Amino acid sequence: MKRVFRSLAGLAVFLLLWEGIVRAGLVRQEFLPPPSVVFATLFQLLGDVSFLRDVIATFLAWLIAVLISVAIAVPAGLLLGSIPGLRASTAVIIEFLRPIPVAALIPLILLLIGSGPDAKITLAVYASLWPIMFNTIYALGEIDPVLLETARACGTSKTRTLFSVALPHTAPFVFTGIRLSATIALIAVVSTEFLAGAELGIGNFILEASTGSTRFDLVLADTMVTGILGFAINGGLELLGRRLFRWNTADREAV
Amino acid sequence: MSAITLSGRVGRGVSSILRTWLLFIAILVLWEIVTRAAANTFFPPPSKIATTAAGLWFTGPAGHLFLTDTVFDNVFPSLGRTLGGWLIASVIGIAVGVLVGRSRTAMDYVGALFAFFRALPPPALIPIFIVLFGIGPGMQTGSIIFGAVWPVLLNTVDGVRSVDSVKVETARSFRTPKGYWLAMVVLPAAAPKIFAGLRLSLSISLLLMVVSELVGPPNGIGISLLQAQQAFDFPLMWSWLVLLGLLGYGFNAVFVAVERRALAWQPTGGRN
Repeated sequence: MKRVFRSLAGLAVFLLLWEGIVRAGLVRQEFLPPPSVVFATLFQLLGDVSFLRDVIATFLAWLIAVLISVAIAVPAGLLLGSIPGLRASTAVIIEFLRPIPVAALIPLILLLIGSGPDAKITLAVYASLWPIMFNTIYALGEIDPVLLETARACGTSKTRTLFSVALPHTAPFVFTGIRLSATIALIAVVSTEFLAGAELGIGNFILEASTGSTRFDLVLADTMVTGILGFAINGGLELLGRRLFRWNTADREAV
Repeated sequence: MSAITLSGRVGRGVSSILRTWLLFIAILVLWEIVTRAAANTFFPPPSKIATTAAGLWFTGPAGHLFLTDTVFDNVFPSLGRTLGGWLIASVIGIAVGVLVGRSRTAMDYVGALFAFFRALPPPALIPIFIVLFGIGPGMQTGSIIFGAVWPVLLNTVDGVRSVDSVKVETARSFRTPKGYWLAMVVLPAAAPKIFAGLRLSLSISLLLMVVSELVGPPNGIGISLLQAQQAFDFPLMWSWLVLLGLLGYGFNAVFVAVERRALAWQPTGGRN
């Protein structure tokens, strides 16, 4: 309880500082509106149907992207993690593809599939594949050999070993990967909307508010909604992970 | 690197290099054949991309090590902003992280705020940075710093807090001076976590470099990429894309090498 109060106190001090700086005229108010204005705009926006539609569009694109990346990255990670030869021969390609910033692919994707929802989903999938895949590979390498050997000594079949030993062991790591990817996917979706100008979405809303009418209270209120969304997604997944993997004690951070 | 690969390093050197690069070369050849057969303007063959890239970057005068003006005007400024922004963010992140992490209550006050800042998608803040700093290097470096600082900061807090209590008490019973204690006990113990944060920040810096240049001239890799696309010059666009891949690969390789050296004393050998 004490922690909650302290967090709220920290938040309050930050908002007061911000309000004070703007009111004192250190920055121009139309460029950086004070929190009182931003929060008023935020509440107004929450009643605005077209804004809510933007939020839902972004959220759906995010959800689809995360599901697709899980569907691709987990099997790929299991495959690469269990066949060392395959992993060694694909390492160069993966290490080359992984660090390409997703924003750099926007021009290419725009040409190939246009600026519809599939463009932002594709880019978000590309960006969020890697943490899930690397956590899966890492987890497979960290299985206690005693467990595997015990399974073998008991004559457990390969598929049974996969489902009863390998998958339960990797699950917490994979979940951490998914949590990291969820944040990355949200950033990728919003960035694509902002840079490529989708028809719908939070990023597109920021783009319109910052170019046409230069309403920076709208931009900030919208950024706040994105931040809250990201915060809620991350916090929710963290809680879920703690719940699902209560039996696990290993340190789950790999990336 | 495990002990097995170390002992067999000399004998297997050639075959492992071959195995590592074989698939890469095979895919490159396949890509060449397929793109030549398809003759799609969006996908030029790799040989064409390579010649375009070579002409773009390596046809300068000998006095400039054969680097062209494009390299000096667009590549180096981008690199400078990326690395400069990342370094500043790292220094701020580690310093604030140590301060906040060593205090018993500070994280209670600011933890939620910092976590919220980290959750903000950095590209969404670019319009604000544009009006605050104007379009140009200030805005670009500013957004890189803002995006890159949080992973370092929060990981440093995590690392600094996880110092073994035996070490803390041993240091206290020897009355270790504060500065010495910080540099010799706390920071080394937090190093693996800090390095994990630094690595994440480096890729965020690269991403934000491109994003901030896509919206803001005057120069850089991002804006060159966009201009190539708008001019429908696809070999040129691919050259810039390949450069970004190479940069990412190079940054990562150097970083991993430094991390291995710096964390060699760790039980995990700096593998995390």
